Amino acid sequence: MIDGFLMRAGLGGLGLVLATAPLGCFVIWRRMAYFGDALSHAAILGVALALAVQAPIMAGVLVVALLFGLAVLRLMRAGDSADTSLGVLSHGALATGLVAVALLPNVRVDMEALLLGDILTVRWSDLVLIWGGGALVAGVLRWRWDRLLTASLGPDLARASGIDPDRESVILTVLLALTVALALKIVGALLVSALLILPAATARHLSRSPETMAIMALALGAAAVLGGLGLSYGLDTPAGPSIITVATALFALARVSRKAA
Amino acid sequence: MNLLTLSDVTVRAGGSLILDRISLSIDPGEIVTIVGPNGSGKTTLMRTILGAMPVSGGTITTRPGLTIGYVPQKLPLDGSLPLTVARFLALPHRHSPKKIAGALKLAGLPDIGDRQLSALSGGQMQRALLARALLSEPDLLILDEPTTGLDQQGEAGFYRRIEMVRDKRGCAVLMVSHDLHVVMAASDRVICLNGHVCCHGTPASVASAPEYRALFGHGTGGALALYRHDHDHEHHGHSHSHD
Repeated sequence: MIDGFLMRAGLGGLGLVLATAPLGCFVIWRRMAYFGDALSHAAILGVALALAVQAPIMAGVLVVALLFGLAVLRLMRAGDSADTSLGVLSHGALATGLVAVALLPNVRVDMEALLLGDILTVRWSDLVLIWGGGALVAGVLRWRWDRLLTASLGPDLARASGIDPDRESVILTVLLALTVALALKIVGALLVSALLILPAATARHLSRSPETMAIMALALGAAAVLGGLGLSYGLDTPAGPSIITVATALFALARVSRKAA
Repeated sequence: MNLLTLSDVTVRAGGSLILDRISLSIDPGEIVTIVGPNGSGKTTLMRTILGAMPVSGGTITTRPGLTIGYVPQKLPLDGSLPLTVARFLALPHRHSPKKIAGALKLAGLPDIGDRQLSALSGGQMQRALLARALLSEPDLLILDEPTTGLDQQGEAGFYRRIEMVRDKRGCAVLMVSHDLHVVMAASDRVICLNGHVCCHGTPASVASAPEYRALFGHGTGGALALYRHDHDHEHHGHSHSHD
């Protein structure tokens, strides 16, 4: 029976990495780390909304993260300072979401699970959603890979090649929102962007092409999930933070070994 | 037929007028250089032609099927994206090795396809960008201040290369420059921009136009005179290439 929940946790984590690893590469290349952060914070507001109207939590998170992401994209395109407006919106959404959840009558919410995830309670039905969503994100990235890559090199360069960089930004934002919704249960709102950034950043030190970087990120993300779950099981530590701890350790290792090489 | 015709194109951004009724056209095979001081709308004009800026007045007509090759000033690449020259040249479309070799040769880049883009020198980077633009077999090559960061020799060499590319491929060239003196030798026409087209014509006629002197001569008169002097002599003699 221990095997059962651990296996589901492991499978859930791996399904999520399928989305976060390649998507995280784009987050790094396009310097969207703060954007990912803001989206995941907005997810808390989505949770409150879902609880209020008694909708599935994942759907509420998806809708709010999507609207939030597209709104921020619009603001940035209008020339607002991305750094400041993201900072304001991100923490605004997190705080408002937490207040809204607390205000909901007759609802008791496990705040820790929201913020840090609760991977050990993943059910089979969750797994179907996570793997379906993860495969969808990975599939779209694979499909538009060259276009997304060209757009990441520069919007004008993309335009001259007949690619609409704005459309590619929207696609990435939609994929990010979907990933945040999938990730909430696994690593929680605070650690979603860690799972996006850490495997990709580690993979950077080990790759010479964008494609190998994405594949290395997949492998490293999977190693972090399995290693983190092992750590969590062995030392009785919270699972989400344990996964990120292992991912951070892998990053440090890659960094140091590269310096030594 | 013209490759590209702008008539009375007006562009506003953030409520202020950036381009004021710009009219110009580019014929097949000609080299047109746009010069103007900082803030004169050079980059906006180029981005408008690429379709990156909404036009608030006037029309842009392109010849049907026009292919544009674009050489940006630089790539906003930091170290986060590992990319070899060969992979870069294959974005967004893959090409045959033969075609890639041809483009590299024309751009004056030795066989460094497996080198990381981030490890290239400024001059090599410019030629890699040029090679990528050539792979789309453009009718019109657009270059945005392509020699920024190159020294004078490198700049002159790059411009000679552009001229050679035009001669071999027959593509038109639209180049944006903040610097008149080196460009002039290769250009068929120079358009001097300052929000509006303040003067245009052959390099020599623009250089002597009072509007041009008012823009460039003021404050930098001494340096400009020195440059011109250099240019008069360099035009005939020097032909060594520079890496």
